[in-house]
Amino acid sequence: MDLSFNAEERAFQDEVRGFIAKNLTEEMKRATALTPSVFSDPDIGMAWQRALHRQGWGAPGWPAEHGGPDWTPAQRWIFETESARAGVPNVNVMGVKMVGPVIIGFGSAEQKNFYLPRILSGEDYWCQGYSEPGSGSDLSSLKTRAVRDGDDYIINGTKIWTTHAHHANRMFALVRTSEGPRQQDGISFILIDMTTPGITTRPIITIGGDHEVNQVFFDDVRVPVANRVGDEGKGWTYGKYLLEFERGSGIASAKLREGLKAIAELAESDLTGRAIDSPDVAARISEVEIDIDALEMTELRVLSALQTGQNPGAVSSILKLRNSEIRQAVTRLGADVIGHDALAVEPMRPLYKLNHAPATPEEMLTVVPEYLNGRAYTIFGGTSEIQRDIIAKMMLGI
Amino acid sequence: MDLNLSDEQRLLRESADRFVAESYDADHRRKMAKDSSGFSPTVWKQFAELGWLALPIPEEFDGLGGGAVEIGILMEAFGRGLVSEPYVATVVLGAALIEKCGSTTQKQARLPKVADGSLKLAFAHSERAARFDLAKVATVAHKTAQGWRLAGSKIAVLDGHAADEIIVSAHIHDHKGPSGWIGLLLVPAKTPSVAINDYERLGGGRACNIELSGVELPEDALLGDGSDALPAIELAVDRAMAALGAEAVGIMQTLLDTTLEYTKIRKQFGRPLSANQVIRHRLADMAMQVDEARSMALRAALKADSPPVERARAASGAKAKIGKCARFVGEQSIQLHGGMGVTEELEVGAYFKRLVAFDTLFGGSAHHFSRHAQLSRTA
Repeated sequence: MDLSFNAEERAFQDEVRGFIAKNLTEEMKRATALTPSVFSDPDIGMAWQRALHRQGWGAPGWPAEHGGPDWTPAQRWIFETESARAGVPNVNVMGVKMVGPVIIGFGSAEQKNFYLPRILSGEDYWCQGYSEPGSGSDLSSLKTRAVRDGDDYIINGTKIWTTHAHHANRMFALVRTSEGPRQQDGISFILIDMTTPGITTRPIITIGGDHEVNQVFFDDVRVPVANRVGDEGKGWTYGKYLLEFERGSGIASAKLREGLKAIAELAESDLTGRAIDSPDVAARISEVEIDIDALEMTELRVLSALQTGQNPGAVSSILKLRNSEIRQAVTRLGADVIGHDALAVEPMRPLYKLNHAPATPEEMLTVVPEYLNGRAYTIFGGTSEIQRDIIAKMMLGI
Repeated sequence: MDLNLSDEQRLLRESADRFVAESYDADHRRKMAKDSSGFSPTVWKQFAELGWLALPIPEEFDGLGGGAVEIGILMEAFGRGLVSEPYVATVVLGAALIEKCGSTTQKQARLPKVADGSLKLAFAHSERAARFDLAKVATVAHKTAQGWRLAGSKIAVLDGHAADEIIVSAHIHDHKGPSGWIGLLLVPAKTPSVAINDYERLGGGRACNIELSGVELPEDALLGDGSDALPAIELAVDRAMAALGAEAVGIMQTLLDTTLEYTKIRKQFGRPLSANQVIRHRLADMAMQVDEARSMALRAALKADSPPVERARAASGAKAKIGKCARFVGEQSIQLHGGMGVTEELEVGAYFKRLVAFDTLFGGSAHHFSRHAQLSRTA
């Protein structure tokens, strides 16, 4: 057993650091630090995706034949950790990490040839059409309907919580193509061009003041049958496969550590009257840091199991659950540390392009919005309650 | 980076699990609880034969040169069986202090004997007024013509009653007065003026308070050459906390397994307890905390030989986190067993009490969150 990296892994670490130093601009760094939502806006995020793509690192999880770098789990760990440390933009995961693996796994040759290069290069920007107003945790109760009409489907219905739908030119969606004996049957996985007539998008503003998610309406939207991935009625299987990617991407501790570091720096600064001098604040920072240590070790244990081809099992639910809870603890701590400055929440966006002087120092601008928006972490991607159901079922057999 | 067990480590785990499953059942534990020695000399001999007492001792002193990870593997199995042998006192604390501070002669005279099972040690350090502050020692060793005169009171000495030799920490006063450093003195248990008052320790095994009223010791009773022993004490206690953390993981895992089984069998309102979502979620939280504790125990073991601040932060982090998880898992195990969980008729209580003892030893969660915070500022 060994926590340290071998010579090869250290060389790779240097390579990643070199790449980041050369490509991460001050503008990208500042914009990322001043983004209180989950993902960077496309101007920042896609600039980074293009840099990664030029290096051949555009899709770390993909097989080499489709343009993946063929990294070992340890290399992925190093890449993610170094990226978090440096504060690189948070590229929207809907393309590379979500729809990409489904197309690779279940798409036709034409779909692979057309979509995959456009995901890698950032030419296409994807959003996810899963949830509906009536289908939250009970996702397979979805009602958006696709009715066959010649070589097309005609889609009617609505999707909600659609991250970056207002930026995206493509959506992957789960739609109902027939009524099956179980509600999971009759669902199909469809790729939709967002410029198709009949699609409208309504912004939803989160409690932190950000426009990241939307509701999307489909009114007789015509989509070619050729845009269906895999078999008709098998969409639930593909969608679940993708959800495992959403939960189990597995390397979150490095980002949490950077988030806590920013809060600790604020606590040590005169801007907060040195909040750290309160023993209570100091002990709480330690408590959260220790939680991150535990999560990191669990991630490394999973990684080690993956390296030797073992299946880590239901632990991805544990990782998702702990990551979301610790993230909330970090942001709650942040809102406490800045004291009275938590009362002044800047409403303008983006925070890195304000044309007036805000009421608080720049270092504090994202603190309260992140705390408020952060309540969503235990809700999206399967609520904490759903994760506990999964742990009980998969790990404990009850 | 690789956290998979090596073949040797896997074998060690299998043999430890097997030994505990075969030799350490409820009857054995009940017998040990009533036994005035608190452990079985036969089992101790078996530990020696299995090589477990030699595990962390350097090869040059007839040991196996293993590390904290191997100790952790063993301790997790010990936790599952609530083993009460004086392993931590002798092998983790005692042998480490001798290895770190002792002269070659002192090591040669003792470490091989620890490895073969013929020498048991204890570490007398805690004092009532010091609480959990390792640097606070009121016991004093005065230089005399023949050697040393030792005076003071120690509490919570793990397995002191069973030890052949007790390692006592004391402020050293030489001819010029207080030296300003802490020394470690080897005190044979049968020495006059050493009064050992032992008691049944919460959660199994024994501990004692020791009164040292002018104990006369020879010159070579002092471990080493007279440099401050505090860094070695901190190291030994950090390693003991890592080892005990692994033991707590074994205890928690057993409690989780037992409680899970019970909730499947126990029927109320016409269905098993586990059919209720509130129960399933509680068990999911328990499973999650056992897993987090396992990660932290392993982390502390892997950092047991790191530079002092990094090692101490990992040890305190593990102690604080595992202590918190232990209370939750222990208390919820009792809760889900209902009234029976509060009785001596089930073993749940015995496992719970060992967890409470774990959280208390060397300072509880609150103490270690603040120690971690202090270390973070000095890092």
